Amino acid sequence: MRLHDLAHGRTGDKGDVSNISVIAYRAEDFPRLLADLTPARVAAHLGQPEASVTRHVLPQLQALNFVLRGALTGGVTRSLALDAHGKCLSSVLLDMDL
Amino acid sequence: MTTIRIGAGAGFQGDRIGPAVDLAERGGLDFLVFECLAERTIALAQQARLADPAAGFDPRLERRLRAVLPACAKAGTRIVTNMGAAHPRAAAARARAVVAELGLDLKVAAVTGDDVLDRIGGQVLDETGRPARDLGARLISANAYIGVGGIVAALAQGADIVICGRASDPALFLAPLVHHFGWAMDDWTRLGRGTLVGHLLECSAQITGGYFADPGVKDVPGLAHLGFPLAEVAEDGTAVITKLPGTGGLVSRATCTEQLLYEIHDPARYMQPDVIADFSGVTLDQIGPDRVRVAGAGGQAPSGLLKVSVGYRDGWLGEGQISYAGANCVARGELGLEILDERLREAAILERRGDLIGAQAEAPREVRLRYAARCADRLTAQSVAEEVEALYLCGPAAGGGVTTTLREIVAIASTLMPAGQVPVRAELEEVQHAPA
Repeated sequence: MRLHDLAHGRTGDKGDVSNISVIAYRAEDFPRLLADLTPARVAAHLGQPEASVTRHVLPQLQALNFVLRGALTGGVTRSLALDAHGKCLSSVLLDMDL
Repeated sequence: MTTIRIGAGAGFQGDRIGPAVDLAERGGLDFLVFECLAERTIALAQQARLADPAAGFDPRLERRLRAVLPACAKAGTRIVTNMGAAHPRAAAARARAVVAELGLDLKVAAVTGDDVLDRIGGQVLDETGRPARDLGARLISANAYIGVGGIVAALAQGADIVICGRASDPALFLAPLVHHFGWAMDDWTRLGRGTLVGHLLECSAQITGGYFADPGVKDVPGLAHLGFPLAEVAEDGTAVITKLPGTGGLVSRATCTEQLLYEIHDPARYMQPDVIADFSGVTLDQIGPDRVRVAGAGGQAPSGLLKVSVGYRDGWLGEGQISYAGANCVARGELGLEILDERLREAAILERRGDLIGAQAEAPREVRLRYAARCADRLTAQSVAEEVEALYLCGPAAGGGVTTTLREIVAIASTLMPAGQVPVRAELEEVQHAPA
């Protein structure tokens, strides 16, 4: 099963910091997301250092918010990446196998 | 209970204009807000102003105003926008000219004071760890994210169109609420709730089904005819997010949750000039089709420090792309990258990356080579773009569809400045009608 089957999300960027929300479609799946989507696992999936990832939990919205510091190779203004905003990161995260 | 209706007419500089006109014509709005400044936009506007003293504001200001003003004037809808960018006074002058030309009777105000370039020199920048003055001639702009004060003052003086430069994005929406309801500037709960309304609306269609559709999983009806959002806000700061009947898109708990967390770090501490908003306990309830009730935000006193964005010239970007398709395309793309590394080995490049887009597929039938470099000088960056183009004749077989980019990099650094060092003014002036 992929994360994409259970959840949706959105990426935002500010400077060199990316944030990715992961929101369970159904409340009954939220405990599983809470258990499986540790900052370490998310960091590994996105190829980021574990210490750069912080997780915030919003249980009433069955949502997680991951904050990734230094994830945008300098930020949108000077990054050489084609997707300098990191817009695609939420879709990449939803590709994770659970 | 009376509510006010506040709509989002733009969420970025390049946003669509039609949905804003629809809101102006059919929304019954009290306020229509246009948010058009990204992090870097104001530095680019400052460069435009240096080249032409009458420029420096949003180039689409006139188009947007011409499109919505007749309907806004008729409905009594007042406008708040940050399209003043690096030159709110010039933007206001242009707006007055448009108002006069359309034969309307509207007051236009400029809000100034966010430009702190003259006192930024000693401020240490977070990214460089050095005072801003060390950037020397590379320094372009410094603008503080101001709060609601100047906009509220302009509205209190009867402005129908308020044009500012850099302000916190949610403040563009919070200001009309503070003005209309007379909220106290230490009523942290209401300021937090109004900030939430602003945060949800500031990216226009991102809450009505834009940046959301995922076919088969998260379908959005009528995406091509997407409507922009409006909020019905009550005196206590709770609100209903909705859109106009007959428009495409959707307002659901899911679209609102995604936007609630968009560009948010710690949801309990969303730092704003006038309040630290707390979104951690926000609730979203679907109370009807395309209607979501928003409640539960809070707030606490702000730090008294304003974020300041500093724009500076940071070298040049040279980039090029070329496609290889069909038999053996990945090998030809890889060869192209090797050739570029070799030909540009001696170039004075600060940072480079080469990618083969599409090569990760199982059996790629097409790849796009992309080579990008950050360089100190324009000529080197140009040579990067030219070497990609030269792969047409001097590279692997059958490369096609070259595109190249060459642009100056305007980077953004940030720092904090005491709010007391950023005095804000509302400048109002009556429209002088052109003689008949």
